[in-house]
Amino acid sequence: MARSTPDIPNSSMADIAFLLLTFFLMTTTVASDKGLLILLPPPPEALPPEDIEIPERNIFKIQINSSDKLLVESDPWFSTNRELTDQIKIFILNDGRDPTSSDSPLKAIVSLKADRGTTHKKFIEVLDACQAAYHEIYANRAGVTVAQWREISSDPNSSPEARQQYDRGRDVGPDGAVGIPMALSIAEPSKVGGS
Amino acid sequence: MSKFKKKVKTKQEIPTSSMPDVVFMLLFFFMVTTKMRETSINVEQKMPQATQLKKLVKKSLISYMYIGAPKKAEQFGKEPKIQVNDVFIEAKNIVQWVNSEKSKLDEVDRDAITVSLKVDVDSKRGLISDVETELRKANARRVLYSANQKLEL
Repeated sequence: MARSTPDIPNSSMADIAFLLLTFFLMTTTVASDKGLLILLPPPPEALPPEDIEIPERNIFKIQINSSDKLLVESDPWFSTNRELTDQIKIFILNDGRDPTSSDSPLKAIVSLKADRGTTHKKFIEVLDACQAAYHEIYANRAGVTVAQWREISSDPNSSPEARQQYDRGRDVGPDGAVGIPMALSIAEPSKVGGS
Repeated sequence: MSKFKKKVKTKQEIPTSSMPDVVFMLLFFFMVTTKMRETSINVEQKMPQATQLKKLVKKSLISYMYIGAPKKAEQFGKEPKIQVNDVFIEAKNIVQWVNSEKSKLDEVDRDAITVSLKVDVDSKRGLISDVETELRKANARRVLYSANQKLEL
């Protein structure tokens, strides 16, 4: 005589699993640790007190006022961020050709000065344009796309090839000195639109 | 005799026995790729958009700081505030906070601490600059301005 096989009802299993899934979807966040990475200068006390004179030609000045308007090299700027990136690239790679632009990529400094009233949105836009210029130069030198470059530079020691490309992009000499450092200076903000 | 008449035996139901497996697979995917929300964020958080994003490799070295206008404006006012862990702090207490965050890390990693600043788009540069100055004093110089990917048109 055939015995009836004992069955566990499993029709509700899907419901339970869905419930768990919904719970995890609601309580978790997708890890999104992405953003613009910068390195702040050392604390004010640790800096040498004397002012180092930097020739005007080696500084690319970008100023943002409290109503988010730009002043680039002392001229009002109405063009796009893309155009700004291109201008910065021309400035860095000038290498002494144009006497009003930078001496060499090593000496070129991009100075970014905001106001206390500048919104974070505008600041990030401009910072993004500055970093884009450097990343495009590096990527071009290393022979990779900009997206690949950012991947490499966030973890240059992941593989020997990455390290090699990273060094090639930044023009690292045999003595370990970087030929094209990302010289991005973020100055203390002015206090016009203060808060 | 209809010898060639076929019997229509096609089942009408969709088999549901594998559904739990599929859902469990989804569940495990989400459990692995996401992390639990540790703090409830009490400030407005609308991230700016940027193109040159970098991803941080060592997640354990990241400390989060949230800056934005408080969500409960009637209680805390409209001025942007700094939130760490679950509390609002003043700019002058940042050094103390950084030191306590550093003490959670291994000694070799302490100077590699990265502060992820999740700043609302409408915050003003003045406050963020004050935060930067304090971070410089606390020797936590690696800073990540959190941003979302901008679609390049």
